[in-house]
Amino acid sequence: MSTTVEMVRVPSSGAEQAPASGALGRLRWAVVDGWVMTGRNMRHVIRSPEEIVLYFSLPIMFVLVFGYVFGSGMAVPGDGSYREFLLPGVFVMTMLYGLGATASQIAVDAGRGVVDRFRSLPMARSALLTGRAGADLLRALLELTVLVVCGLLVGWRWRNGMGDALAAVGLILLLRLAFTWLGILLGLLVPNPDTVSVIVFPFAFPLTALSNVFVAPELLPDWLGAIAAWNPLSATVAAARELFGNPGIGGESWAAQHALLLAVGWPVLLIAVLAPLAVRRYQRLSR
Amino acid sequence: MTDETSAVVARGLRKTYGRTTALDGFDLTVPRGTVCGLLGPNGAGKTTALRVLATLLRFDAGHARVAGHDVTRHPERVRAAIGLTGQYAAVDETLSGRQNLVLFGRLRHLPARMVRQRSDELLDRFGLTDVAGRSAATYSGGMRRRLDLAASLITTPEVLFLDEPTTGLDPRSRNGLWDAVRTLVTGGTTVLLTTQYLEEADQLADRISVVDAGRVVAEGTPAELKTRFGADRIELVVRHAGQLTAAAGLVERITGGQVRVDREIRRLSAPVADRITALADLLRALQDASIAVEDVVLRRPTLDEAFLNITGHGASERTEVAA
Repeated sequence: MSTTVEMVRVPSSGAEQAPASGALGRLRWAVVDGWVMTGRNMRHVIRSPEEIVLYFSLPIMFVLVFGYVFGSGMAVPGDGSYREFLLPGVFVMTMLYGLGATASQIAVDAGRGVVDRFRSLPMARSALLTGRAGADLLRALLELTVLVVCGLLVGWRWRNGMGDALAAVGLILLLRLAFTWLGILLGLLVPNPDTVSVIVFPFAFPLTALSNVFVAPELLPDWLGAIAAWNPLSATVAAARELFGNPGIGGESWAAQHALLLAVGWPVLLIAVLAPLAVRRYQRLSR
Repeated sequence: MTDETSAVVARGLRKTYGRTTALDGFDLTVPRGTVCGLLGPNGAGKTTALRVLATLLRFDAGHARVAGHDVTRHPERVRAAIGLTGQYAAVDETLSGRQNLVLFGRLRHLPARMVRQRSDELLDRFGLTDVAGRSAATYSGGMRRRLDLAASLITTPEVLFLDEPTTGLDPRSRNGLWDAVRTLVTGGTTVLLTTQYLEEADQLADRISVVDAGRVVAEGTPAELKTRFGADRIELVVRHAGQLTAAAGLVERITGGQVRVDREIRRLSAPVADRITALADLLRALQDASIAVEDVVLRRPTLDEAFLNITGHGASERTEVAA
């Protein structure tokens, strides 16, 4: 360590970094800092690409196993290919499983000394959380791209034009955002990264099974069908099928007939409840 | 020095966790441009005090100002003025050294060009240029700690908090870190550091606050604390064992203190108040009594002895390792 080098003094009260004043200034820094933290989290992804590979293997496996092995025995209401029915479900399921990664990474951050540094910096307090949400959305976009390519290879198509297809992607990402906040909250509540990733599975698996991801709710016993129809996953899957023009849409329940409304309503409701809870939990770290 | 112009002011800080009282009326004043050492055993409340002052922890009662800003009312202003280097290196281990510095610089809202330039300077200054592209997880303990300190210096902080900065460092890294701190102080930065190492407090701190059970129990320069809480001792070795008793009598008469006698090595020792006079008087009396002396030593107390007298227990077991 050389101490003879003269230190250039950077005053801590430069104009650029004066503490934000006013609501607009605070909002500006919240966005800027959130973006910087998003970049930080994306660099983590780049530095551990093996995790991404691991990550894609599950949904791709589901496409292959359900599409080809079980698919031949699966019924689709009306008429249509089971693989085309399945793909929107796999898109949404992948979003749900992303929640485990969100939770464990927040838990990793919260459990390390580095969170002390973030909290002692004049940055927006929200940035640690919004940066996580931002990076997870970017990652989800990447995952969707891979899955779409994979889907095209096994014969899935979008049939209602690019506009509707993008709307479907938008709805899927909206649900992912809701799961991100759930993951953030879980990661803060269970600050052990190993525990939290284990907790997520028994939660996510039944939620997927009791939905329209693999089986149309009409084909289930009545009471299971009702649960499946109202499942937030089902709303997004049904809406995506509708927008992509894939088979398996419709049904007698109110939920099935208003899939688009629910596909917006469910995630917005979840975010409205979960995000403030997560922020409050994060602030309690200073107790 | 008034409260307004001091770099750190804490008044009556209280903080409890359930039934444990971490801070119990903690008072502290640190003048600008000085180094203050918080010295105390594990669990004394040093780290809690530091975390409160660095806006990481809320407290139950009292008030605190850092760099002229109220910690509770304007934490964001305090954060803009401070640097914090914790017990555990607070860096992002997945990122490289350079990426860490750039990240923390951008979160301090410095312009991008300045952040890059500043990061390169700091990497160079802390001898990390060669490993700048490697993930911090691969760094040695000393390298990580240096990166951690560099991260606190991206803007020159008005007040730098160091929580046991050299715990676990080898002597060379420790000296390097001490030098870096001294250089900063020359530039006007105020430093508040916690340590269990008496040597570290002795080396770095202008003033020491001894913390025990959540409050400051003694305060002063290292020299003052030694004088006030540890008496100087006079030690002499007589040549002939037969004269030991006579010599002990003289020492007792002149110092007025209790004399310790070690017959094996013919050594006497006693506390003295007025060092030089006592020494002169004693030597004259010994000569008059024709007692031959092999060695005479005046010994200043160590900070460790002073610490022991203040708190009634040692700084910690680790003190002995460090000293």
